[in-house]
Amino acid sequence: MISNQDDHNPPVVIELAGVEKSFGRQKVLRGVNLQVREGRTLVIVGASGQGKSVIIKHMLGLVRPDRGEVKVFGRDMNRLNRKQKDEVRENFGVLFQNAALFDSLNVYDNVALPLRERTRLNEDEVREGVMAKLGLMGLQEAIDKFPAQLSGGMRKRVGLARALMLQPKIVFFDEPTTGLDAHKSNELYRLFYRTQQQLGYTAVIVSHDVPKIFKLADEVALLAEGQIQGCMSPEDFQLSEQPTIRAFVEETMGHLYSSDREENGLYAQV
Amino acid sequence: MFLLLEKIGSGTLDFLETSGRMGMFLMRALTSMFQMPFKVNPVVRQVHFIGARSAFVILFTGLFTGMVLGLQGYYTLRKFGSEGFLGSAVALSLIRELGPVLTALMVIGRAGSAICAEVGIMRNSEQIDALECMAVDPFRYLIAPKLLAGIIAMPLLTAIFDVIGILGGYLVGTGLFGINPGAYFQGMYTSVVWADVEMGLVKSLVFGLLMVWIAACKGFYLHMERSGGFGAEGVSRTTTDAVVLSSVSVLVWDYLISALLL
Repeated sequence: MISNQDDHNPPVVIELAGVEKSFGRQKVLRGVNLQVREGRTLVIVGASGQGKSVIIKHMLGLVRPDRGEVKVFGRDMNRLNRKQKDEVRENFGVLFQNAALFDSLNVYDNVALPLRERTRLNEDEVREGVMAKLGLMGLQEAIDKFPAQLSGGMRKRVGLARALMLQPKIVFFDEPTTGLDAHKSNELYRLFYRTQQQLGYTAVIVSHDVPKIFKLADEVALLAEGQIQGCMSPEDFQLSEQPTIRAFVEETMGHLYSSDREENGLYAQV
Repeated sequence: MFLLLEKIGSGTLDFLETSGRMGMFLMRALTSMFQMPFKVNPVVRQVHFIGARSAFVILFTGLFTGMVLGLQGYYTLRKFGSEGFLGSAVALSLIRELGPVLTALMVIGRAGSAICAEVGIMRNSEQIDALECMAVDPFRYLIAPKLLAGIIAMPLLTAIFDVIGILGGYLVGTGLFGINPGAYFQGMYTSVVWADVEMGLVKSLVFGLLMVWIAACKGFYLHMERSGGFGAEGVSRTTTDAVVLSSVSVLVWDYLISALLL
């Protein structure tokens, strides 16, 4: 598994093998195989409702697969007890879809929470760490505000600050820019790029934002029909001859949309 | 026929699953109370929320319960010509029975519902997942302080309820019916023994635990509710369930403890 460890093939940090998962009678994942390599950015794309977030939840150990293995740093997440799971999770940072900020805590306390609960720093040191991260995210003025008083973009930035608080080795992004306008999305991508350069973390991103997200990706994986249809560099992905990938690329990067009002026959084949 | 069997089967499975989940929840919550390092601040905050902020409601209900007991007690005791026992009648019924039960029911309505809704919304908006992903144990961070605060606050509130209730009975007895104040308290001194106080204390401790246990557990496993715990409606339904279930459990356990300790 961890064979080539040179620059082109850094070691695998997360590996999903044959992961199957059903919710009730609905089969969401039908044998997902996926590898994430250290320091790289993997982007998982696919239509809504295909189970992209479910894949991330498996990696985080929040969901148990019906079949198959999820290995993080070589450890099978489903065979670990709570304490061992926490050891693995100490390397994680997560930016949830809706940021999942603690809504009864203000911005400062939200970002300070990992430091207060996981380290033995005193309040002065906590303050120093929090202010540094909030400064990086441009949030110094918002420290006293509560999550409900923030705009969507600010909320995501607070979520990112909290996720990066303890220098994680792997950061997960679940739809980081959904609901943000183009300007706010770009801002978040810039922050992502800058912090990854600084901290060198591995990133797993689930996103809809095709093609913009390709600029950040080292590898792109398409999830469709419960399986990973291919995992390759963004360039290869866009030129792939694989029918499902090709259909996805055409759908998301081709014409804006086709409506009934358009000229007859123009999009007839779509 | 098969439909009926299917229903019974799935109902039983659901019941077993829920019971198991609740048992595991209590075990984890209790063990996480003793994990080091112990943090005092969250517990104090919860005692303030469950205890101090319920004090006014408890004062009010306690006073009126005592006054009603004074009225009804006097009416009954007069038939036997033993109005002098009003003090002991009011004190015994409050300390052994009404104090713990009514306090628990009031606090369930005020704080139990709030705990369930708070934890449920945290579950719904992925805040509990976020804690787990940060390797912060949600039981230690979120549940344990509430459980400990419930166990601390409930006996204290019950004590307030008892005292103010006895005072209410006194006001009615002496003010309205002209009972000798000395006789009111003298009867109490002789008839109330430590075993009565102990029973009230045990009950209030158990009720405090029950309230937080059921409310927090219902909220925590909101997503696993069979009736569907999604969205605002899921939270409201689960909160109602939690209040009903904890109120009923309080009455059931009240009977059990009375039967055991008598």
